[in-house]
Amino acid sequence: MTSISLYSQRDPMLKKRDDFEDMLEERRSSSDLKYAFKCYTPVLYKGLPPCKTTVLKSMVLQSDQLRYVINQVSKETGESAGAIQEEASAILEEMAHRLQLSTVRFFAFALTKAFKTLFRSIHVNEEGLQRLQQAIQDHPVVLLPSHRSYMDFLLMSYILYTYDLALPVIAAGMDFMGMKFVGEMLRMSGAFFIRRSFGGDKLYWAVFSEYVKTMLRNGMAPVEFFLEGTRSRTCKSLTPKIGLLNIVMEPFLKGEVFDVSLVPVSISYERILEESLYARELLGVPKPKESTSGLFKARKVLSEDYGSIHVYFGHAVSVRTLSEGRVDRRQFNLQPRFIPKKPSEDTQGFVSAVAYRLVRSQEENMVLMPWVLLASLLLQAHYRGPGSPQGMTLEELTQRAVWLRGLVRGLGAFLHWPDDKPPSEVVSASLSLHQGLVRVSEGRVWLLLEEPAGGPGPASPEERLLGAAVAVLSCTSYRNQVLHVFLRPALLATAVHTASSGKKEEVFDTFSFLRNVLANEFILCPGAAVQDFEEACQQLVQSGALQASQQQLTATDRGEPTLAFLRAMLEPFLQGYQVVCRFLCEEASESLTEKLFVPAVRNFTVKLLLAGNLRYCEALSSDLQKNALAALLRLGAVSRVNGGEQVTLKVDRMLLNTLEDTLGGRVPSQRAVLARL
Amino acid sequence: MASDGSSNSSSIPDRQQIARQRLRIIAGHLQKPLDPSDGDISARECSGPDKQPGDTTTNSVPRRRQEVMKWNGWGYSDSRFHFNKKGQAEFTGKRYKLSGMIMPSLKEWFEGTFGANVQHKSFASAVPSPGSVKPPALNQAFVEGVQSAGVPFSSDAEDRVFRGHGHCLHEIFALREGRVGRVPDMVVWPNCHDDVVKIVELACKHNVCLIPYGGGTSVSSALECPLEETRSIVSLDTSQMNRILWIDEKNLTAHVEAGIVGQDLERLLGESGYCTGHEPDSMEFSSLGGWVATRASGMKKNIYGNIEDLLVHVRMVTPKGVMEKSCLVPRMSCGPDIHHFILGSEGTLGVVTEVTIKIRPVPEYQKYGSVVFPNFDMGVACLREVAKQRCAPASIRLVDNEQFQFGHALKPQVSSMFTSFLEGLKKFYITKFKGFDPQHLCVATLLFEGDREKVLQHEKQVYDIAAKFGGLAAGEDNGQRGYMLTFVIAYLRDLGMDHFVIGESFETSVPWDRVLDICRNVKERITRECKDKGVQFTPFSTCRVTQTYDAGACVYFYFAFNSRGLSDPVHVYEQVEHAARQEILANGGSLSHHHGAVATAAAPCQGVQPRRQRIRQQIFRSFLHASAAAPPTNGARVGCLFLLNNDLMNPNGARPDDQRVLISGRTPPRTYPLPSTPAELELYRPSSLLQVVIPRSTPSSLLTPAPPPENAPSPLTLGEVYQQQRLARKTDEV
Repeated sequence: MTSISLYSQRDPMLKKRDDFEDMLEERRSSSDLKYAFKCYTPVLYKGLPPCKTTVLKSMVLQSDQLRYVINQVSKETGESAGAIQEEASAILEEMAHRLQLSTVRFFAFALTKAFKTLFRSIHVNEEGLQRLQQAIQDHPVVLLPSHRSYMDFLLMSYILYTYDLALPVIAAGMDFMGMKFVGEMLRMSGAFFIRRSFGGDKLYWAVFSEYVKTMLRNGMAPVEFFLEGTRSRTCKSLTPKIGLLNIVMEPFLKGEVFDVSLVPVSISYERILEESLYARELLGVPKPKESTSGLFKARKVLSEDYGSIHVYFGHAVSVRTLSEGRVDRRQFNLQPRFIPKKPSEDTQGFVSAVAYRLVRSQEENMVLMPWVLLASLLLQAHYRGPGSPQGMTLEELTQRAVWLRGLVRGLGAFLHWPDDKPPSEVVSASLSLHQGLVRVSEGRVWLLLEEPAGGPGPASPEERLLGAAVAVLSCTSYRNQVLHVFLRPALLATAVHTASSGKKEEVFDTFSFLRNVLANEFILCPGAAVQDFEEACQQLVQSGALQASQQQLTATDRGEPTLAFLRAMLEPFLQGYQVVCRFLCEEASESLTEKLFVPAVRNFTVKLLLAGNLRYCEALSSDLQKNALAALLRLGAVSRVNGGEQVTLKVDRMLLNTLEDTLGGRVPSQRAVLARL
Repeated sequence: MASDGSSNSSSIPDRQQIARQRLRIIAGHLQKPLDPSDGDISARECSGPDKQPGDTTTNSVPRRRQEVMKWNGWGYSDSRFHFNKKGQAEFTGKRYKLSGMIMPSLKEWFEGTFGANVQHKSFASAVPSPGSVKPPALNQAFVEGVQSAGVPFSSDAEDRVFRGHGHCLHEIFALREGRVGRVPDMVVWPNCHDDVVKIVELACKHNVCLIPYGGGTSVSSALECPLEETRSIVSLDTSQMNRILWIDEKNLTAHVEAGIVGQDLERLLGESGYCTGHEPDSMEFSSLGGWVATRASGMKKNIYGNIEDLLVHVRMVTPKGVMEKSCLVPRMSCGPDIHHFILGSEGTLGVVTEVTIKIRPVPEYQKYGSVVFPNFDMGVACLREVAKQRCAPASIRLVDNEQFQFGHALKPQVSSMFTSFLEGLKKFYITKFKGFDPQHLCVATLLFEGDREKVLQHEKQVYDIAAKFGGLAAGEDNGQRGYMLTFVIAYLRDLGMDHFVIGESFETSVPWDRVLDICRNVKERITRECKDKGVQFTPFSTCRVTQTYDAGACVYFYFAFNSRGLSDPVHVYEQVEHAARQEILANGGSLSHHHGAVATAAAPCQGVQPRRQRIRQQIFRSFLHASAAAPPTNGARVGCLFLLNNDLMNPNGARPDDQRVLISGRTPPRTYPLPSTPAELELYRPSSLLQVVIPRSTPSSLLTPAPPPENAPSPLTLGEVYQQQRLARKTDEV
């Protein structure tokens, strides 16, 4: 119940969005050096002076919490408390930030230079920043930006510096620290580094959580971290990780601070710096290790035009308000607060619901550029199949884009479409910015399928396929940005299409089946199926695509284009999941390990694609494959078997077959099937 | 008197001298003895063996309270704060140290803190509005019974109005507006224990509802009469049971009637050179029986202990008989102590009539003191250290900055230039030379008691600790003023209400590690809730750490705000207080440390009245009927079960969320029935209880729960079980 009510609590203010200001404009007309040396006097939490990093460290090391865990670990391992204390101190040394204003000023200078060449503008909602300023004075603040690019956290600090706000300390992955020099630079600009996984390491967890909590409790600086845990390679929001959120809520739940403000921040890039890098990574080219020389090589990106950035600071959400009536804080009364305690199930449910809510508000405040609509249309055209002519005409594209604009706005998206210009101009401007992805020729537009690089002579079909897939996946990363707007209506449109009758109950069954299967793919709060269903019904009925009576949901003729479009949005995912199911049914042997899963599915998919049995090269995306596996594990169609060193996958073929058929719409999603899930 | 006068004859004058001196010090602000000729109309019928010939006991509380006390405010009629023509605050009367003085800075503080204007007045109506007091619904048989028992009684409107309320904000607020709710139909003044026994017997016999009334200082709505109560309500005023029956110097105990008020008790004991040392802030008016019934705590508990430590023996008249232990001993181990369900029962289980209480010789020397700390955190750390070293003086309190400024505003006009010069110098030294921020500094007030030498030694020890936490000694004056504030705060509330400022205090008990958190969070919650509820001016919310214990502290909050512009100030007040209490609970504090809690604190605005009625009926009827059907159990060692479930605890529906206990007592003087049917046992076994204690002699057949009937819808709640039982019994009776 907790999650549902939280999740459905839509803030009416969110729909009324603030205006943007371009913060680069001023930079272009004044001295960068002067800007870097400007007087920086941020407002602070309760006017407390900032605390030295050494003081912070000793506060952490001397905290009751840490001392308790050290003694605990010492008892378990038999090592002396002193040695463990030392270890803790080393962990903290490795982790802690060393925020220095001089480094920040250096970054301010360097980034101004870079931003001015890379981007046309950086738009920020100044009202959001004013709200943030107030929030920082009142309560400890946690900044929660979306994560699409390496740029994100530099950009955040840059903006806060520019607007004279307290600089955040940022939780960053340990991999950054590996970068020589840059790692240290980041540390001095406020990053602190955490290991990617430390599940079992009590001491590490204690040092880490105490470090974060100490900063929050004392309001030393806003804490910033990424709810999604890592950069989203697909530009779709990732399902939130709640570990850190748990930590930052604890000081409030245990009464150590009056409240904690959570501020979702949405950063949207018109063109992502890492665009094709991500596509390659998804196709199996491993992520290049972060290194300084790599960064250096990447400087060629400096010569390109990356359009504009929109940063939207959402309304601060008070943990106190959220938790009212949902978390009984008395549960923490019966034990000293320094003893680490796993949060109760209620609390975890609450934290998770909050996390979903925050990611959704990130999504909602994400600015969508016209290109996002074009990419969706072009992709659908691309998928139409080999029979149809390549791409679409410019007029058709413009016309469809205008239609789509209306639809998207009706669904409440935050679309940044310059209404003062004629649509054709907007379309051609977008196309020219993304000329690396599209070709415009003789009045037609189509996706530019990348030629296999380097190799002389004719490329193998496989190479050609991968080349095409890179282009398609790059393109999908833009389409994905708008997916959250269409998601619920698209699920409903598909459900209406595949359900055996128009009965509301049956449509709902199919809807919640799809929703359940895709819950790892999209931001769908667990347990909120009814809300989502009602939201989608309302939206589609309002737009005229569906008619609803007491018991029936029927598609209208007028609404068919809309419904077809929505179904087509979801189709690649459904197909992709079916491919995974089929793979597991047909090819998975007893010895399939979890590690080998992705390459094996990829090979299987490549074969399907080459044979022409599958049109959607999105199925090649490792992100989709992993999500599908996670979903199947969750649904019990696949289970993990711990066989010594390797984790192998055990497959329930019956269930997989049913799932595949249901996803393909060949079998209506009957209650019996659902019941098995 | 039982005191062995001859052996001590030489020391008595000394002692009396000491006693007088002490009284002067601790109670310079207390009432002067009244003229004994006040309305002592009825002849005392009670002729107990202890009745002293030529009893000169002066009684601070006459039967007709209206002769000396306010009907719709705190304390004596002649003592009140007001702003005089020059706009200066003044305290009238002659009873207190502050009486007749002018407090020049109070007005500025008042206007600055509340955004109030002393020109804006909200007058209290001088008398209850005509017709607001309904004619009494008397139970004629009961009246006759009382009459023939020779117990004085009255059904005069004024007498009844006085006993229909305590001192909760909503009660006083309503009275000021001339609104009188349901009041008792009759007041009886028993003179001794036997009178009470007779009255309770009569009440049982004639089905009359009794509400015990002691000093009338309740802040838990315990005196409010349930609107739905259909029976005649009788207020049992114990104020005339105010004698010290004997003093035992060998065991250092005194046996006292429960109606005696604190100041009389101390004065009378003082005449023999003793004291109880129990000094709650309300001690001028609150009674010994009330202390027992509400688990009171005194300011000097560090030396003398709280009421539960002071109590040696208590006599309680219940509808089932008199309950008391059979010996006067310091400790017992058989079964849970029956005192522990009498303490805190708030009149729901019976009437406390006589108490044997520990006494101590009046201390030789008393000294106030104070320490200034740079901030509240340091102050709390110091108090914690003092508690850790177990060297707390008789009283040690830490007031926060807001309360310190409040106390400062109460400084009387200084007469000499020299004093004001000294004050200025002191201020300069602390704020400029020592660098204390006047907006953050806070003060601990101290009271030392004992042998002169030991006091001085003790004082040094405490000041040494304080120094480690940045504390600076700040003189006796500041200390004394701090204590004075707590005695006059209730008078100040009336002043506030004259100017649209309403307020109240509440307190909590909290572990040491949460003290700072609770203080900060509760104060902030109050501020925020006020804003949310449309209060236009920032409220005054302040706290002090008022008692220290080994494992925690008692924190006392004052909260007041300017209610101008609010249509229903009391409702807003109650909502905010409710929120504050929720905050306390969420932060690991208890609902109360010594006040008890108003029903609304736990369940605001929802069915408070019906619940009160139900509970009162439940309690009295359960006692009335509990053993009606049970066979007498002669001489057997019988266990009895008492259910102190939260539904039963308070007459007025207070629900101490922090305290759910079930206590089993043994060998009380009268026997209590065993549960004789599974249904009765079920009464004692509600699912909400943490633990159920079953007496050894319970038949084992009762311990295995009967299988639920075939078509049982759902287990009944405790309330429903009661309801059903009551119905069943009613029909039986018919």
